[in-house]
Amino acid sequence: MLASLRADLAMARRGYARYAAYPGAALAGIFTNTVFGFMRAFILLALYQQRANIGGYDASAAVTYVWVGQALLMTVFMWGWLDIAVRIRTGDIATDLVRPIHPLRAALGFDLGRAAYHIVFRGIPPFVVGMAFFPVRLPSEIAVWIAFLVSLVLAVVVSFFFRVLYNVVGFWTTDVRGTMMLGGIIANLFSGFLIPVSFFPDWLAAIARATPFPSIVQTPIDIFVGTVSGPAIVGALVTQIAWAIALGLAARWTFDLGVRRLVVQGG
Amino acid sequence: MTMALIEVEGLRKDFTVTRKTGVLRRARAVVHAVDGLTFSVERGEIVGYIGPNGAGKSTTVKMLTGILVPTAGRISVGGLVPTDRRTELARRIGVLFGQRVQLWWDLPLIESFELLRHMYRVGADRYRENLATFRELLELDPFLGTPVRQLSLGQRVRGELTAAMLHDPEILFLDEPTIGLDIVAKQRVREFLLRANREHGVTVLLTTHDLADIERLARRILIIDHGRLIYDGELEALKRRFGPRRVLVVDLVEPAPPLRVDGGEVVRTDGPRQWIAFDGDRITAAALIAAVTAVAAVRDLTLEEPEIESVVREIYAGRARPEAGPIRGS
Repeated sequence: MLASLRADLAMARRGYARYAAYPGAALAGIFTNTVFGFMRAFILLALYQQRANIGGYDASAAVTYVWVGQALLMTVFMWGWLDIAVRIRTGDIATDLVRPIHPLRAALGFDLGRAAYHIVFRGIPPFVVGMAFFPVRLPSEIAVWIAFLVSLVLAVVVSFFFRVLYNVVGFWTTDVRGTMMLGGIIANLFSGFLIPVSFFPDWLAAIARATPFPSIVQTPIDIFVGTVSGPAIVGALVTQIAWAIALGLAARWTFDLGVRRLVVQGG
Repeated sequence: MTMALIEVEGLRKDFTVTRKTGVLRRARAVVHAVDGLTFSVERGEIVGYIGPNGAGKSTTVKMLTGILVPTAGRISVGGLVPTDRRTELARRIGVLFGQRVQLWWDLPLIESFELLRHMYRVGADRYRENLATFRELLELDPFLGTPVRQLSLGQRVRGELTAAMLHDPEILFLDEPTIGLDIVAKQRVREFLLRANREHGVTVLLTTHDLADIERLARRILIIDHGRLIYDGELEALKRRFGPRRVLVVDLVEPAPPLRVDGGEVVRTDGPRQWIAFDGDRITAAALIAAVTAVAAVRDLTLEEPEIESVVREIYAGRARPEAGPIRGS
């Protein structure tokens, strides 16, 4: 048990180090995230000139939502992640299969390390800039900060399994990009990344809430902003855990199915 | 009856290949990549596994390591059926795929080793000991801190070998371990493998295109062609059996017409130099030399041994192929 935890930690550390090896990319990314943060915040503030409250968010909550969203964008990394698909295409997946641990377990360890790097180097800097220019609100209670961090880790896990699902398509077709784009569009909309799900008309919000995507973005942001508070936080976290388990099982099952296809038919 | 470390019986792998023949039409063809292999490898052997491109070498290695399911036949590696117990087997074997990178591209080499150490749960002491050995034998120190993407091919292969062996595997499956390496690097890798085999009894099965690998490393070779085993035996026996005739090269004091000696035949002349081919089983080199010196004044002579390269080329070309079944060398 301890040894396997140490292995996870070792993988997380290297997942972090892999991204830390490219500081130039981080700098360019911070710039882009910040510029988009400004655009999104200005658009929302223009909206709030007309109304004081939309979907339970006042103007300050809305800009906070934007800047936390910008900070989480790379951390949860919903689209554009093709690590596993690339290994399937190149055949390097074969080397993952001759390891004594399940490839998804290793990849998840790596991904948590990557997320740690991204929250620190791609998340916090744009957020700090946002704080300087907009009425961003920070949680005042330590318990909320802790709940936010737990929710964030769960968000990364849910996101990871979602990404695995569009990556394993690579076992059956060489065109993973199309699937990823489609998944990205749906995830962008339903996760509440573009605008909070509660801004949607009721019927669309209901659809979004039936998907795992709000667990990837909306939930941690809502905890941070305070639109989900008190006992509701527990419910939100339980929902995230449920999605993590459900998508985790689906990811594992489809991955193993793909591997079985690969080992039976050959690469 | 005790089981060999690796046992393969009637192994077959068919691939279905679809080929476009029209807008919607596709032709399906079944390719027998491996077509009825039977062999076994005892603990502590180094076995060279050779054959032309597409002969089924890599396919066999994939089946032995459990990442490809056989169409038919039986495999046992260390008492396990590879595809059923792939993860369990993974702890006991080391695998190196020549064209695949198993090290982490963006990380310094040493970080990959650290990771593997945790994946395979290698104890701290054993890890330190093994790493120290590999650092010395493969001279890893100058690039231990370099990201893998910046390593030269030779450095990377040395890193890959270390990665494949950190957990003290009983069996090493090496698919083209020396491909693309320069002579010095090749030599280093070969010496390293010999030492692992001698000192730790590691069993090695290696595929290669480089017959010098075989000559330096393996006493026993398996030759496969079109998915079938066409030779299983000692390298020396193969040379004796299929080797082209040996050639005596003589430099005469003066140019002369082709010499006439019993048991030898001049196959080429170039000024005072003549190439005399002879059958080693019928006349000894010493007798031939005596016969030559009896008829001409000789300044110098050299003996050309049959190269395994040309032996194997002949076998591939079908000239030396037996009619049925693999040949078992003595």
